[in-house]
Amino acid sequence: MTSHNARKSNGDYRQLPIRHLPFYLLSVGLALLVWQMGVQWIADAPRRFLLPMPGEVLARFIELATNGTLVQHAGVTLLEMGLGLLTGTTLAVLLGYGVAHSKLLAYLLEPVIVTSQAVPIVALAPLLTVWFGPKLASKVVVCALIVFFPILVNVVAGLKGIDPRLRDLFRMLEAPWHKVLLNLEIPAALPAFLAGLRVSGTLAGMGAVVGEFVASTQGLGYLVKQGQNLYDLPMMFVAIITLMVIALTVYGLLTLVERRARRWNVQDMTTADGEEPA
Amino acid sequence: MTEPFLRIRNLSASFRGYLGDLSALDNVSFDVARGEFVCLIGPSGCGKSTLLRIAAGLLVPSRGEILLEGQALRSPQKRVGLVFQQPALLPWRTVRDNIALPLEMMKLSPADIQTQTADLLALVGLAGFEQEYPIHLSGGMAQRTALARALAQNPEVLLLDEPFGALDALTRERMAAELLHIWERDQRTVLMVTHSVEEAVLLADRVVVLSARPGHVVEIVEVTLPRPRSPALLTTPELQRLAGHLREALSGGNGDTSVS
Ligand SMILES: Nc1ncnc2c1ncn2[C@@H]1O[C@H](COP(=O)(O)OP(=O)(O)OP(=O)(O)O)[C@@H](O)[C@H]1O
Ligand SMILES: [Mg+2]
Repeated sequence: MTSHNARKSNGDYRQLPIRHLPFYLLSVGLALLVWQMGVQWIADAPRRFLLPMPGEVLARFIELATNGTLVQHAGVTLLEMGLGLLTGTTLAVLLGYGVAHSKLLAYLLEPVIVTSQAVPIVALAPLLTVWFGPKLASKVVVCALIVFFPILVNVVAGLKGIDPRLRDLFRMLEAPWHKVLLNLEIPAALPAFLAGLRVSGTLAGMGAVVGEFVASTQGLGYLVKQGQNLYDLPMMFVAIITLMVIALTVYGLLTLVERRARRWNVQDMTTADGEEPA
Repeated sequence: MTEPFLRIRNLSASFRGYLGDLSALDNVSFDVARGEFVCLIGPSGCGKSTLLRIAAGLLVPSRGEILLEGQALRSPQKRVGLVFQQPALLPWRTVRDNIALPLEMMKLSPADIQTQTADLLALVGLAGFEQEYPIHLSGGMAQRTALARALAQNPEVLLLDEPFGALDALTRERMAAELLHIWERDQRTVLMVTHSVEEAVLLADRVVVLSARPGHVVEIVEVTLPRPRSPALLTTPELQRLAGHLREALSGGNGDTSVS
């Protein structure tokens, strides 16, 4: 049996979508075809503007991409996402470490954090815009809040799931806390953290768009709203599809990182010399 | 009489359970001299692992204490190393890097770590497997890795909790021979739990027999076989006689019988 086959049967986190690229393209292509034909056959001319054809969207896409509009707005949204992820992740990791290590902190914070999850962030966004202004800051805060919870939960679960005998081992070696952090806690909690980050990475896009819907002059969310106001449906489609591509890319990249971080968990027969078998 | 090296004094341990407290150890006392090899045998659940965890400073006894050179052992320390009943390896580290862990904690230079890990790998017969991850190891290889890691810590007292528990009879015998060899080389103080009476007699200077739960000392048997020893002794009448005696003590024999 080749190592390739052995790997396949072992968990889906290593199944890159890229491995199924032909099927992926075929499926998406079929969907586009149905879209194009549906518009052509069903919609009559006066209502055709409600659903632009793939060709129209593509033309608008090329136009917006070449005149720099798309890059500018996508850049703004990516910046909001990036900063939001950074802040939310940092806070979640620090608090997660605290909650996992201190019963007092856990008792104090867990109820508040869990309860706060009942607050729909979408409803909170206007308030945050009042507090943090209509510029970048409010979007970063919305992103950070959305990103926070999945990472916190995963970091706490990752830290609490550490085999107590491994903790005992480090106690017997009289390891100081920072060596325990570096040699035990970080590697042990890394897979859980990355799984949380993967979820949060896609949520960050949503956070940015929600923030932009409330008040903005730039960003892909702004483009969608602008398209709504101008009845420029092809532009709305271009913005939505760009958001989709960003989410898929973030997800894919984080899946790759997760895969590399879990090489030691690969149950195939190849020796672990750092090389992925072909 | 000088102060014994390792002194287990009036040790009792109990765990809080749903049905009230569960007593695991009941007033256990015995001494271990420096460089002595002592085996601990007793029925399953009689508190052997509990005793080792207390000796490693990982568990606080409900009564009594363990003294190392007269000093009470209250928290884990580098002088005492424990190999768990189920090997506990860092799954993201290779065999070599698992063994290197204690050396890294001691801030040794990479060159020293390299030579020492190579020696230890050879010692436990794992040369050639240094780059394997624990998930690829058999139970016996994982246990040998854990043993090598404990040796890397270079403890004055080595606590072994059924280190050959997961092995087949043949590998077990070979591992016992290796352990004999290692011990005869550096005369480290060893307290080892085993459930094989033959193994206990082959390895130990003295064998402490514990009763069923809550464990108390039934008998301490002196093993007078000459050293160096080898697994060839396993079939000799002297060893068989001692093993038979231990078996009797285990199955509820009283503590008055003594063996010269
Ligand atoms: N952390 C714990 N909490 C509650 N009870 C425990 C705990 N650890 C051990 N016990 C109980 O204490 C008793 C002694 O356990 P221990 O593991 O020391 O036995 P043992 O002699 O090592 O057994 P074995 O030969 O099967 O390994 C058992 O009845 C066990 O259920
Ligand atoms: Mg045990």
